Amino acid sequence: MMAGAGGGNDFQWCFSQVKGAVDEDVAEADIISTVEFNYSGELLATGDKGGRVVIFQREQESKNRLLSRGEYNVYSTFQSHEPEFDYLKSLEIEEKINKIRWLPQQNAAHFLLSANDKTIKLWKISERDKRADGYNLKDEDGRLRDPFRITTLRVPVLMPMDLMVEASPRRIFANAHTYHINSISVNSDYETYLSADDLRINLWHLEITDRSFNIVDIKPANMEELTEVITAAECHPHQCNVFVYSSSKGTIRLCDMRAAALCDRHSKFFEEPEDPSSRSFFSEIISSISDVKFSHSGRYMMTRDYLSVKVWDLNMENRPVETYQVHEYLRSKLCSLYENDCIFDKFECCWNGSDSAIMTGSYNNFFRMFDRNTRRDITLEASRENSKPRAILKPRKVCTGGKRKKDEISVDSLDFNKKILHTAWHPKENVIAVAATNNLYIFQDKMN
Amino acid sequence: MSGEVEASTVEQQEMQDTVVSPEKTEEAKLKARYPHLGAKPGGSDLLRKRLQKGQKYFDSGDYNMAKAKMKNKQLPAAAAEKTEITGDHIPTPQDLPQRKQSLVASKLAV
Repeated sequence: MMAGAGGGNDFQWCFSQVKGAVDEDVAEADIISTVEFNYSGELLATGDKGGRVVIFQREQESKNRLLSRGEYNVYSTFQSHEPEFDYLKSLEIEEKINKIRWLPQQNAAHFLLSANDKTIKLWKISERDKRADGYNLKDEDGRLRDPFRITTLRVPVLMPMDLMVEASPRRIFANAHTYHINSISVNSDYETYLSADDLRINLWHLEITDRSFNIVDIKPANMEELTEVITAAECHPHQCNVFVYSSSKGTIRLCDMRAAALCDRHSKFFEEPEDPSSRSFFSEIISSISDVKFSHSGRYMMTRDYLSVKVWDLNMENRPVETYQVHEYLRSKLCSLYENDCIFDKFECCWNGSDSAIMTGSYNNFFRMFDRNTRRDITLEASRENSKPRAILKPRKVCTGGKRKKDEISVDSLDFNKKILHTAWHPKENVIAVAATNNLYIFQDKMN
Repeated sequence: MSGEVEASTVEQQEMQDTVVSPEKTEEAKLKARYPHLGAKPGGSDLLRKRLQKGQKYFDSGDYNMAKAKMKNKQLPAAAAEKTEITGDHIPTPQDLPQRKQSLVASKLAV
């Protein structure tokens, strides 16, 4: 699973592709804000700050290309959300896509949900490779014919045409969130989905847009008493009555929708006990969970806070079963990270298909992977300097002490503007997508 | 004699604290730079700021106060400071940053 220095499971990551502009000057709209593979891994969707969605499709593996897996090429792109201004509340609504979640494929078309701060949209992406030829009521140019001039009837014939991929909005789920949507999650019943904002979680039916059920509401009667907000939420992968949500205080609540209509009371409460003597001004901020993801098995869940990733066994609430340090060397830089707001960066995390490894991003375009079985970890970099086809990625190391070895980088040289917040792992294979600001990198394992 | 011993034990304790907790050292640094920083760690101020993201103007009272300010100072038009949240320039529908719609295709789709 990890790029090893030798022995046993020798596994290495290679560069496959990079998408996006090379210019130094990055337009805000081009910053990628979400990345998601679909259930089969055939499609890879990205959303950006400009409200646009780009979907890549993996090309069929041809017999000629034995050395690499299929490449991802642009399949469809569309403007999902546009900027809005709510005049009543004097609120600017960004078009930035916060999350994309695919629906499982049920017919030839593909469906995905995309959400900005206030509105969720269901998009249908379908292929058209035939067109009808020989209409009776209109001629070749599309001009309408005079029906009284028609003397014969013909049956239109379907002719092949160049493949056209169309994206159309099928449902718009709006006006249900006063605060900013941070998560959407499709339920395993494939009929419902949840959307979560800072203080509330709503349950929707995919077919119904004029109604949604509020299932969690943590808004206090007096806003002065506000102590925590919802940071992420996800449906259980198999149990359609179970979902979890994380908070800014580093806690996770698991709720059962069979227990009550309003799930304000949790079924399980996950929190790691904290040593009160080590508490500082930063403790709560860095404990805030930025992402929560169930394992594919449904037995574990993973949470990402500012400095670490934790794996929890759903059967054990009082502490995580595994803790992985992402960039512990930042603990002695918290003051400047608070001043430049980096301490509020929301990193995501993901599992590989077999739940044996986890991945998350860091700064300087570094991203980290942890093998849960061997307990080995690796730091890799998404960089154009290492972008020759099938080039093997070299492990990177951050030097914390005095003596910096060759090839190491010191903490003070890290570029905190190069953040990897969004990563995705193919559901079945060792192919990963890493969003580095405005560029999308695709890496895969070395095929021998 | 005893005074010196006491002083050195205090120093030792401080050194231990620094060695034991880089976080506390960072906290001390922050408090030194911003002495008025809220007593509540993390706290509602940050949360409220998060909830208010995107808020442009507070209410008509804000508008009127800004108008009064403008009359006295004769500041330039709103165009200059589109990032100001409240009260520093007169909000009118025309001045609201008309967000240019992203009709440009994404560069990932090239």
